[in-house]
Amino acid sequence: MNDKEVIIISSKKFRNKSFLAFILFAIFIIAAVFFWKWIHNQPDVAGAPKPLRKVLNANENFFSNFLKDKHLAKTYPLSAAVKRVRVNGDIGLKSSFDTAAWKLKLVRSPGDTILISLAEIKALPKTELVFNFKCIEGWSQITDWAGVKFSDFAKKYNLNAQTQMQYAGLETPDKEYYVGIDMPSMMHPQTLLCYEMNGKPLPLNQGYPLRLIIPVKYGIKNIKRIGTLYFSNERPRDYWYERGYDYYSGL
Amino acid sequence: MKKVEKKHPLAIRWFHWINFPVLAIMVWSGLLIYWANDIYRIGWGDKTILRFFPDSFYKALNIPFRLAEGMSLHFVFMWVFAINGFIYVMYLLFSGEWRLIFPNKKSLKESIKVVLHDLHLRKPVPPQKKYNAAQRIAYTVVIFMGFGSLLTGLSIYKPVQFHALTSLLGGYEWARIEHFTLTILFTLFFLVHILQVIFTGWNNFQSMVTGFFVLPAEKEVLIPSPVIANQMDLNKKEPDIDIKPTENISSNKGKNFTDEIEPEKNNSAADDPDLKINTDE
Repeated sequence: MNDKEVIIISSKKFRNKSFLAFILFAIFIIAAVFFWKWIHNQPDVAGAPKPLRKVLNANENFFSNFLKDKHLAKTYPLSAAVKRVRVNGDIGLKSSFDTAAWKLKLVRSPGDTILISLAEIKALPKTELVFNFKCIEGWSQITDWAGVKFSDFAKKYNLNAQTQMQYAGLETPDKEYYVGIDMPSMMHPQTLLCYEMNGKPLPLNQGYPLRLIIPVKYGIKNIKRIGTLYFSNERPRDYWYERGYDYYSGL
Repeated sequence: MKKVEKKHPLAIRWFHWINFPVLAIMVWSGLLIYWANDIYRIGWGDKTILRFFPDSFYKALNIPFRLAEGMSLHFVFMWVFAINGFIYVMYLLFSGEWRLIFPNKKSLKESIKVVLHDLHLRKPVPPQKKYNAAQRIAYTVVIFMGFGSLLTGLSIYKPVQFHALTSLLGGYEWARIEHFTLTILFTLFFLVHILQVIFTGWNNFQSMVTGFFVLPAEKEVLIPSPVIANQMDLNKKEPDIDIKPTENISSNKGKNFTDEIEPEKNNSAADDPDLKINTDE
């Protein structure tokens, strides 16, 4: 291994070998270019070429194995939370909205919807959470939230059958913004139906009266101003998924 | 007749040429992602020396508003990058090639001489095997950089699921900075690598395609020693068969080899100030 391996070959043989190697090299380059073009010429599935979408879905299958209830997002002391919380995105918040009339529409099954007031939600056990909120754009911020754990909420409203299903879907009252979330992430002990930020009721631009805080997902899944909550075994529609992002978007 | 040295095994050529476009895709899709929150700069206080990146740079490369596309490419080709890199490292370890790439005791000192030589500040270069000392260090460091990119990347891709790793790297935001810095270093490595390949010339470049490096024609081929003559006869009969040196030839070759290396060694000894002082004393 340490000695240079020197061989002597005829000039003709040398030419043939070089020629063959470069032909193969050219074929490799052409194949790579065609592969790249092939990927991009495939039909889009929700804004991403089909082959890429397939791998992203496979990534979800692979990485969701590592999501355990005991894997908690790191929490911080209250003093670490920023006072000026970044506002990013107002899709679903632009329609006129009667805050006093708001009630959460909980669709237990098609045709079986109950309405829940903010007071009823606030009566449930309160959980406070200071964590590093992560935006899909790449920024993050340590922020302070409080609300009811979704798992506590599900217990209170006897959603046993519903939480056996694969997904939860959440939509704003005007249906302009909507997300779908896999049930293990929804039932994660840090997932909150949140009504407070920095110890005060949510500001309108942060989703008053009720938003989702889900530390195991990017911000895009932390829907503001929840209007409807429903369950499904199919993927519920998802705003950013339809625009080319990963459906899972898990952290 | 051609005297050639088997330089790059087929496996290494595959790893190299697969990695080239894949690393390019990773860096480029990484830029598409980074653009969405491009906060890094070099400077202090309000003074910025270098902003990552100027708008003209983004515009020239058509980077803005392609975050979703960047993420999908990044999280698909990461697998190719990781698997190709993993097999490469396994190959180095099990084939013994690592001995030619990993630095040895002399490498650090020698690499300075190599760099000075490349900058035309110093004539002779220390004798080397497949790679010179600077190459050994660069090619080994780049393996660790690849590993670092995988770890820092994983820690910002799944910071909750791999929270221990993320904490170890200094937290989410530090891991993102580390991942970015490694990308910049990869780009610098790439630029230096390309320049060196251009300066070193065709023979070196083609060896990464063909696998063999052409050695200068030697006297030994021209001197009609009986062994060589036999070999030439053989060639006439069966020109398509590789003639590997027989034991006779290899000993012959060995002798010639020392002959051609010796004067070089003397030269370098004469020019090496350290050695010169020793001989004077």
